[in-house]
Amino acid sequence: MKIFKTLERYMEKPDAEYIASGHRACQGCAEVLALRLAFKVLGKDTILAMATGCMEIISTPLPLTCWRLPWIHIAFENTAAVASGIESAIRILTQKGKLENKKINIVGIAGDGGTSDIGFQALSGALERGHRLIYICLDNEAYMNTGIQRSSSTPYGAFTTTSPPGKKSIGQSTWKKDMPKIAAAHNIPYVATACPSYPYDLFNKVKKAKEVNGPAYLHILSVCPTGWRIPSEMAIEYGRLAVRSGVFPLYEVENGVYRITFKPESLIPVKDYIKGQGRFRHLTDKEISEIQDRVNKDWERLTKLCEITKA
Amino acid sequence: MKKVGIEVSLAIAEAAKLARVEVVSAYPITPQTHIVEHLAELVADGELEAAYLNVESEHSALSACVGAAAAGARTFTSTSAQGLELMHEILFIASSLRLPIVMVLVNRALSAPLSIWGDHSDVMAARDCGWIMLFCENGQEAVDSVIMAYRIGEDRRVLLPVAVNIDGFTLSHVIEPVEFPDQELVDSFLPPYKPLFTLNPERPVTMGAYGMPEIYTEAKYAQEMAILNSKAVIKEVMEEFGKVFKRNYRVVETYNLENSELAFLALGSINENIKTAIDILKAKGTNVGLISLRLYRPFPSEELLEVLKNVKRLMVVERAMPQGATNSPLFNELSAFAFHNGLNIIMENYIAGLGGRDVDPQEFVNIALNPFKKDGKLNYKIIGVRE
Amino acid sequence: MAKPMEKYTWRDLNVGCVIDEPGSSLEYKTGDWRNLLPVTDYSKCTKCGLCWLFCPDNAMKPKDDGFFGPDLDYCKGCGICAQECKFAAIQMVEDKK
Ligand SMILES: Cc1ncc(C[n+]2csc(CCOP(=O)(O)OP(=O)(O)O)c2C)c(N)n1
Ligand code: SF4
Ligand code: SF4
Ligand code: SF4
Ligand SMILES: [Mg+2]
Repeated sequence: MKIFKTLERYMEKPDAEYIASGHRACQGCAEVLALRLAFKVLGKDTILAMATGCMEIISTPLPLTCWRLPWIHIAFENTAAVASGIESAIRILTQKGKLENKKINIVGIAGDGGTSDIGFQALSGALERGHRLIYICLDNEAYMNTGIQRSSSTPYGAFTTTSPPGKKSIGQSTWKKDMPKIAAAHNIPYVATACPSYPYDLFNKVKKAKEVNGPAYLHILSVCPTGWRIPSEMAIEYGRLAVRSGVFPLYEVENGVYRITFKPESLIPVKDYIKGQGRFRHLTDKEISEIQDRVNKDWERLTKLCEITKA
Repeated sequence: MKKVGIEVSLAIAEAAKLARVEVVSAYPITPQTHIVEHLAELVADGELEAAYLNVESEHSALSACVGAAAAGARTFTSTSAQGLELMHEILFIASSLRLPIVMVLVNRALSAPLSIWGDHSDVMAARDCGWIMLFCENGQEAVDSVIMAYRIGEDRRVLLPVAVNIDGFTLSHVIEPVEFPDQELVDSFLPPYKPLFTLNPERPVTMGAYGMPEIYTEAKYAQEMAILNSKAVIKEVMEEFGKVFKRNYRVVETYNLENSELAFLALGSINENIKTAIDILKAKGTNVGLISLRLYRPFPSEELLEVLKNVKRLMVVERAMPQGATNSPLFNELSAFAFHNGLNIIMENYIAGLGGRDVDPQEFVNIALNPFKKDGKLNYKIIGVRE
Repeated sequence: MAKPMEKYTWRDLNVGCVIDEPGSSLEYKTGDWRNLLPVTDYSKCTKCGLCWLFCPDNAMKPKDDGFFGPDLDYCKGCGICAQECKFAAIQMVEDKK
């Protein structure tokens, strides 16, 4: 398989699957795909701590599990703390000679709700303490597991069941919280955004996250056909549109240096990204142009950040 | 072995060191602080080889302990009042995942009004979280209980977290004579933690899966069996502790109960005051006994029945409010216990020592001599309340 | 092989409900969810593997001849493979199972 050859640059075993089939994610779920791809790079020597959310609930109805890596779920808001505990335990047990001395990736995984809302404090604590762990935020832009309620990561204007558009509301009335930059403000060695629609970019970033000495934060846009109200086959395409329109730029922050990792020659109109999505169906052209302005400004700021922080 | 005078909080930290804890994760709250401060010192000085996590909340403190215990480490945490409430969600998960974390719970009143002083409103709000619960009356018991707690919790027949309760200030901050066992003796009594399952890439397991209605009941029943069956192990461990360290503990302790039909029942260090009252009463010719539950969860039913054999009148003293219930928590449980066991005992419910209020032993003398009679709205008497 | 949930007694569960059979979800056949079935025209296929790469269910499997084909036990019929194939080699057709 020629693709396996290419993938060997990023991973030892391209054909290894660490999430078994038989999981119960919806058809076309790019959140579970994001994990499938990330784990290929992380490989066997990995321990996962996962927050309550879609990926937890689709994976482990007793007595079955789809995980082929050691995995623990405790609660919704504490993944970073749980991962901290695991990392500390592995470190001290290795130091005491009770565990074989080898590198194990400790990975905390939570949704956008579990990260930017209820798990925010625990995450900040873990990043500040400098544990050697990788934190992955799977951003599908709402609380999907509980039925599409808004989170602080839901984009402006989007319909969710708790931000319904109506005579007096546009839908989500706030702008998406900028989690990756908040993570970067902790001055950790590595922060990156990624999307499974750009698998090689994602592989690269997971590989870097795995290699840095200290916390790494990966923010992965994970298209959710169910919550975004798009056809299941379009999950990859919408991730691409989000990136190409500048709505979700792919970038990394390596020791404080910002770098855009995928720069489209010119950004496509935000409207091309928004128009096919049921969650934005109610938006008027005026409202969409408001979003366009915001995206332009954010993009400009990001570009400047890249210039300013360049060594 | 000789006794040293030491603040009980520091003695507890030394006990954790003797137990060779590997991960300490805690968040400061009065009156627990001296324990975690001293542990930090021990780690900083290299006297204790452990990972010390300065987490950002109690919720994270216990969460990190759960993660660490799941990865195979011996873990320690400690908290009080608001901290325990912030942990509340994770208390249930720690016990359901069957992880033998040890927590020293320095009992303190719950807000509001904010009070840093001692009572049992914190532990009573968390009494049914599936943790084994021990109560201590003095510093020596606290030290010994921490060591026993690991041995109990880590026993393959148990695998449950253990909370060691000590009263805030009245126990945590006093200097007491304590005898520290030799490290070698502790090592022989408490072997390294050998978990059944750990998070290890060589043998991947899934922990914390979810249960559908078809299986949840069985999962909870299995856990209930574990805590019920733990009592035999707890007694066994206490007995062995006595053999090794020459200090004997029982799950239900008594004082002057032999010939008395009248008895107090209480938890924790307030028993020291009750004992003083009992001595005063004895000098006056009134024989009163005391029953102290060293073990509160699992509830020591058989042992309690045994000591209640001759008791006709039981005065239950509790440091927690009913909060709208018929009576205070332990009293309600004892009422049900008495009813189900067909006990014909007059039971009286006294509430005392809330938010650190001192209770003069004379108050207990008065209670013993003047039984509480329900005279209106309340089913209990609050000692010393100004109405 | 895990038995059906409703057959488990409390004694059958591991301590702490730990699951020690990694990947046992294979017993749960999500192929039942499928309405549409991916059908590959191998004359158009370049063996690029994108259909394999993008399948959220690892249901597009590499075959000995270098081509890829759906594992009908697990393919949910989402259509991603067909959508992402640059050579339009995959068609989603009604699954008359
Ligand atoms: C303390 C607590 N509050 C609320 C919930 C209910 N809850 C479970 S998952 C979830 C939403 C998860 O959203 P997100 O983190 O974005 O993950 P997703 O399901 O979208 O992947 C909520 C609200 C909970 N389990 N625990
Ligand atoms: S709701 Fe969305 S994120 Fe959750 S499993 Fe379904 S598609 Fe995936
Ligand atoms: S994506 Fe298309 S061309 Fe590539 S391997 Fe699959 S079917 Fe063949
Ligand atoms: S239809 Fe979906 S589930 Fe089936 S093989 Fe294609 S991508 Fe995988
Ligand atoms: Mg989400």
